[in-house]
Amino acid sequence: MSTGTASPTAPASETTPASRVRLLASRMPSWRTSGILVPFLALFIALSIGSGPFFSKDNLLNILDQQSATLIMAAAGTLVLISGGIDLSVGATYALAGVVAAQFAQHHNVAVAALLGVGIGLLVGLANGVVSTIFRINSLIATLSMSFIVSGLASKVTNGNLIVLTNSPDFAKIAQSSFWSVRTSIWIALAALLCLGVLLARTTFGRYLYAAGGNAEAARLAGVRVNTVRIAAFAASGTAAGLAGLIDTSRVLSAQSSSGNQLAFTVLAGIVVGGTSILGGEGAIWRTMVGVLFIALVGNGFDLLGVNPLYQQITLGLILLLAVGLDAWSRVLRR
Amino acid sequence: MTVASAAPPAASHVELVDVSRSFGGVHAVRGVSLRVARGEVHALIGENGAGKSTLSKIIAGALTPDDGLLRVDGQDVSFGSPRDALHHGIASIAQELTLVGSLSVAENVYLGAEPRRAGFVRRRRLRQDYDALARAAGFQLPASAVVGTLRTADQQKVEIMRAMCRGASMIIMDEPTAALSHVDTQRLHEVVRELARSGRTVLLISHFLSEVLSLADTISIMRDGALVRSGPARDESEESLIEAMLGRSLGSVFPPRPPSVSSDDRAPVLTVNGLRAPGVRNVSLTVFPGEIVGIAGLVGSGRSELAHALVGATRVSDGNIRLDGRALALRSPTDGLRAGIFLIPESRKVQGLVLQRSVLDNITLANLADYSRAGVVNGRRQRQGVSALMDRLAVRVPNPGVPVSSLSGGNQQKAMFARAMLCHPRVLIADEPTRGVDVGSRRAIYELLIDQARDGAGVLVISSDVEELLGIADRTLVMRAGTIVADLRGEQMTEQRILTAAFDESTRNATSRDQTGE
Repeated sequence: MSTGTASPTAPASETTPASRVRLLASRMPSWRTSGILVPFLALFIALSIGSGPFFSKDNLLNILDQQSATLIMAAAGTLVLISGGIDLSVGATYALAGVVAAQFAQHHNVAVAALLGVGIGLLVGLANGVVSTIFRINSLIATLSMSFIVSGLASKVTNGNLIVLTNSPDFAKIAQSSFWSVRTSIWIALAALLCLGVLLARTTFGRYLYAAGGNAEAARLAGVRVNTVRIAAFAASGTAAGLAGLIDTSRVLSAQSSSGNQLAFTVLAGIVVGGTSILGGEGAIWRTMVGVLFIALVGNGFDLLGVNPLYQQITLGLILLLAVGLDAWSRVLRR
Repeated sequence: MTVASAAPPAASHVELVDVSRSFGGVHAVRGVSLRVARGEVHALIGENGAGKSTLSKIIAGALTPDDGLLRVDGQDVSFGSPRDALHHGIASIAQELTLVGSLSVAENVYLGAEPRRAGFVRRRRLRQDYDALARAAGFQLPASAVVGTLRTADQQKVEIMRAMCRGASMIIMDEPTAALSHVDTQRLHEVVRELARSGRTVLLISHFLSEVLSLADTISIMRDGALVRSGPARDESEESLIEAMLGRSLGSVFPPRPPSVSSDDRAPVLTVNGLRAPGVRNVSLTVFPGEIVGIAGLVGSGRSELAHALVGATRVSDGNIRLDGRALALRSPTDGLRAGIFLIPESRKVQGLVLQRSVLDNITLANLADYSRAGVVNGRRQRQGVSALMDRLAVRVPNPGVPVSSLSGGNQQKAMFARAMLCHPRVLIADEPTRGVDVGSRRAIYELLIDQARDGAGVLVISSDVEELLGIADRTLVMRAGTIVADLRGEQMTEQRILTAAFDESTRNATSRDQTGE
């Protein structure tokens, strides 16, 4: 089977420095695949040793409970990023879904309120997808614009007030029920991560997401409906934001239109720190999960060790720069 | 014919001695020695890929030679960048102009080199400098005209003046008239003559033989990276130039073909009637099953555009496409693929492969649904389906999970063929299937094309390599300016005829006249 026609040139080229760099670069993906795990585990172990209360069931479950909304949004946002887009509207959608569900639940059925919240997310996501593909508006701008529109709608719904649901035990059940002493918020997040993870790694849709983000023109010429695939990714992201808004409203039993202000960036930070490329075509759900939890651990650790929260922000910024820098660097090497 | 040719033979301006340059083991330029005299119009011609652009880039400082010497005015020089070349008075006018459309002519000419005092532009001085320069160049362009509103030929003048104000004594022009209408082409010819009259050297790269013959004092012909000859233009004719650009021996690269079946008794697999699409005007063609049809033509003649229209990647505005007698209405490549038309695009890396994904995923990208149930991909079936095919195509990879970017050009192209074969196309269109492919894989790719034809598919091969078409095609269609201008078969199918049809001047001027009617 092996005819040596190409082999004479191969060993000769391997000795040049350029090809050695390329050889190193060819190992980069595997390095990046597991890259986030190392600092995550290091931090986890360091916190377990350095802080007594850290490694306790209550604290760890508490972290997961707090992060459940972010995890869901980041997982769906990973699909968008892999497909070559970006979704900056998730924070606003999260807030709108929360306030609409809360408002509705004050006088009507909680299950319908919950469906309404998630449905609003789906609609916003579909709108994002259509605007950024069929109308060809850059998704950064399209979703930024959408976030203003959605925020405005949320303010309109609440008239600027905080909606309080303290006397609505049914609404609390959504996220605060317990199974095997683990809250439903965590169960819902795990289920969402699992579904999206399987979707991305095992289905044709997942492969098409990678192809659309990796080389849209090649995917199109190979018969992949790139626009449809991207719209679906945005729809998933919007739905996830709606679900996340619902969960957090149920967790704290209040909702306001400004609650998602910083959230889009926190979500994006988690995805990127996990190692999903902002340029599309690469990434994984589990990496996003580790990325989000890594940022959460930094926050939790700073709290437990009593460090000024000011430094927490600065640290987060530096971690993000490092993650994006490594991504860019690995791309340069691979050329 | 030209004014400068009357001048006595001038001293050598730029001289190349045994210059070579290769890209990844492929010699783009090998051992070229060339002398360009001061004040002459020197034309560089050759087929696509003959190495003329590489050579001009070496002179312009955009590429460094691997080997050999470059002399300017008898002095050895080595250029690290176009800036270095400009220091020695050599400037290059790219096909893609680098002007700021919203600024005026004078501002563009002096961009970055404005006469200034304490950071303020001295506007009157700028105006005076410009007027002097325009007089020296013999151009009449108002200083305050906004560049974006000018015709392309005038924009090229601005670009030339910018080079001149930086002291350029040699101007390199790569296909300056390729995108110009007839009128603008005439204007640009005047500009070139003007430059030569004012004592400047012009190195002109062009596909248009009559242009070269009427403008140049000296013509250098390249083939396969080497210089065929360099001599006075008055000794050349269109025929002698075409002959010199051709003429390699047909090696054993091409597999033997069974004599082509007479196509009359069969129904055509593909019929195209009066097709109009972006870059394509009024194309009609017929392909029979088992036939390999070559499509020749210069870059930009509409070959790839035709291929894109046939698979539904661009919108067809008029005409129809029939596959096995059925009329197709293609709205996307997905439709084309479903109907049974598969395109292996011109650029593997830009249009073909998702480079960071695995070989396996790339091969199965177009028919992934065949390996999945309810949307879930069965990885084992995917591997099984592909591995036999990869053995058959001799795609050499350690395992199909490695990124496709780690493969050689030949193996990447085989992966594209593997993708095509999994789709069992009725019509296979291969756009430049052997570009950047080593000789060993080249033969394998020809065999694949022939196999596809033998299995009853209609095969269209787009190629700039005429020899390749002669080697594998049953007949060859030649395209020019978006339409088919020749259908050559049997003994008519010769390099001479193909190139003559592709380069033919008479129709070029006719189409240019069309464009000027704007």
